[in-house]
Amino acid sequence: MFEAHADKEVAVESASVAIENPMVEVETFSLFYGGTQALFDIDLKIPGRRVTSLIGPSGCGKSTLLRSFNRLNDLIESVRTSGRIKLAGKDVYEPDCDVIDLRRRLGMVFQRSNPFPKSIYENVAYGLRIAGENRRPVLDEAVETSLKAAALWDEVKDRLKDHALELSGGQQQRLCIARTLAVEPEVILMDEPCSDLDPIATARVEETIAHLKESYTIVLVTHNLQQASRVSDYTAFFYMGKLVEMDLTERMFTTPRLSQTEDYVTGRFG
Amino acid sequence: MKILLRRGDPFIWLTGSALAFCLLMIGGLVVVILYNAMGVFWPRDLVEFELHDGSQVMGRLVGRQEIHSVPGGSGKEHRVQLKIGNRDVYGLDFRWIDEAEIRNRRIPEDAVVFERQEWGDLYGFVSAIYARGDEVADVADDLHALRQYIEQTNALNERIRRLEVEEVGALNHRIEKLRLQKRRLELEGRPAGELASIAERFNRYWEQYERLARELRLLREEREIHEIGVLLSSGESRRIKAADVVRVYCPNQLGLPDKMKIYASKSWEFVSGQPRESNTEGGIFPAIFGTVMMVMLMSLAVVPFGVLAALYLREYARQGALVKAVRIAVNNLAGVPSIVFGMFGLGFFVYGIGGSIDQLLYPESLPTPTFGTGGILWASLTLALLTVPVVVVATEEALAVVPQELREGSLALGSTKFQMICRVVLPSALPGILTGIILATARGAGEVAPLMITGVVKLAPDLPLDGYWPFFHLERKFMHLAFHIYDVGFQSPNVEAARPMVYTTALLLVGIVLLLNMTAIIVRNRLRKRYASSAF
Repeated sequence: MFEAHADKEVAVESASVAIENPMVEVETFSLFYGGTQALFDIDLKIPGRRVTSLIGPSGCGKSTLLRSFNRLNDLIESVRTSGRIKLAGKDVYEPDCDVIDLRRRLGMVFQRSNPFPKSIYENVAYGLRIAGENRRPVLDEAVETSLKAAALWDEVKDRLKDHALELSGGQQQRLCIARTLAVEPEVILMDEPCSDLDPIATARVEETIAHLKESYTIVLVTHNLQQASRVSDYTAFFYMGKLVEMDLTERMFTTPRLSQTEDYVTGRFG
Repeated sequence: MKILLRRGDPFIWLTGSALAFCLLMIGGLVVVILYNAMGVFWPRDLVEFELHDGSQVMGRLVGRQEIHSVPGGSGKEHRVQLKIGNRDVYGLDFRWIDEAEIRNRRIPEDAVVFERQEWGDLYGFVSAIYARGDEVADVADDLHALRQYIEQTNALNERIRRLEVEEVGALNHRIEKLRLQKRRLELEGRPAGELASIAERFNRYWEQYERLARELRLLREEREIHEIGVLLSSGESRRIKAADVVRVYCPNQLGLPDKMKIYASKSWEFVSGQPRESNTEGGIFPAIFGTVMMVMLMSLAVVPFGVLAALYLREYARQGALVKAVRIAVNNLAGVPSIVFGMFGLGFFVYGIGGSIDQLLYPESLPTPTFGTGGILWASLTLALLTVPVVVVATEEALAVVPQELREGSLALGSTKFQMICRVVLPSALPGILTGIILATARGAGEVAPLMITGVVKLAPDLPLDGYWPFFHLERKFMHLAFHIYDVGFQSPNVEAARPMVYTTALLLVGIVLLLNMTAIIVRNRLRKRYASSAF
């Protein structure tokens, strides 16, 4: 059934919507794991101060793309890339790009919450400390603002010295968000942040996301279509390493231009 | 049968019995050591036998055995082993007596045990006490007076020892340094004027030494005043110097509390005292000290090297065929017999590095080697080499289980790889690394073979740590508990007398290894609580 749509996809030249003020621009970006190609000539613009969801079936390359933004894929020795990813107009794959600085500008929240085995306070202060900031008042303030922004402050303000792993799963994930916020990034990359959480904790994280988009650009990889429709302004649909379509979320979920997208968002495949 | 197999009962029994067998063997080992070691210091009663041939023997019962192959014997016969002491008189400490030969046995009230500096225990009856050759009190004056004399002379002994160790020792140290200085000046071909000033100082020291020697001679004479006349069970009588007696008591009169007091005092002497009588008596403090210091030096050397090597292998090196080969090589290194490491240590550390150090830094002492002979430093380094694979393998495993998410989390916050390793990976891996260190320490503490050729000796009068600059004398030879067991148990001229020592030393060695391990395990568990990451 899906193969039937393949021709149609090629026919549509640019399956995206006009985006003003793009924060991240992906230009004919391809990525190879050794001999296998995982991403095919992706062209994508991520709007600033909006939530953009990347959806698609497992293995479609959406996480890979996300990890290409902050060059976390560099850790895998066999990865090669071509094309460009521009952050605020500057290509992150240029040789003179400072990866450390880049990763500070692009915060990341992972699928499995991964607080460090330290206290709550030290978790949030970590990013500042590794940047060389050790002044107590500065750290105190950053910890408080970040935890407040991640909607966790009220729950943990009396137990900042407690071990981070004593928190519940949802709290841990929000702690990871707070940790990311503390270094004041421009973009927050979220890689299925709610897939390990129960519905209530998911709701809390989604509230936090809605709240954060006033000041941050957020890219959200998710398997959960309802979540994408609830929290994101734009949605991009990936299939087999290719970007199929990107549009305003409400249009993607009501009147997508491609029937392949429609099949996916209505649950007929995927 | 089929149902039985499906239910798995036979496998439960198989695995369970294997575990039980292991536990049984380990438990047996501990019980044997404990059983043999715990009783050694107990002041057992003295028994006197009257034999059919009219002679009398007195001593402590230490064993009983069934005799086989007695021609014409009727049924089961036994013989008993008696520690008869008095080695200077009889020439041997132990005697086997057939029970059939014994006419009667008794436990004499007034039998006395003298523990002596030399010749082992003396068992007998006090007949007289002499001062400067004259009898001062007769037997009726029980042990009380005797004990006072002995305490006096022991105090004197202590004073003499102090004088010898502290004053004379310091003087010796200075004279030796002066001699070396002179030799160095001679080697450098300095003018005679400097040599003259040294000669003058030399003379001054020499005068000091003579004064001390006179003082010592007087003290020694004073110490010789009192003598004790002892009547032995076999009829001979002996005179022993009070100064030679370490401890005296009548075991047959003692109640339980007194016996326990003696037991405690002897145990304390064992762990804190110097060895006597070619290590078969007295304490083993130098060996305990040597073992612990050697293990610490070894850990100091092995931990940084092992951990850093593992970090490179796991975190930085490109995981390819070469790294695999290195890993296999490291694992194989753990299986190389320890004596091979000893040979390497002797050739490389002692003769190679040590020899060069002597040439460069201590030319004045040559041909007497300083570092060019076995010493605690070389022994520790050899053992560090031996245990480094254990640390590397354990550290690598601990690093491998640190979750990838934690590393990525740190990197995504803009940390460098080095920051990531220091702040996230190492703390998370610390409990596992400590496990490796514990295993390495335990292995190192029990190893003997490589030590024998790199610096352990049967008797080292000087500890490798003392009050003279530079305090740690890493070039010194040292004593070691495991070697002590081997030496006392199998190299001693008096094996039978040394056997109790073997068991007590073994118990102590096991105890020390256990103590070291327990400390490390407690530290590890604390850390594990602190750094527990979501993966565990």
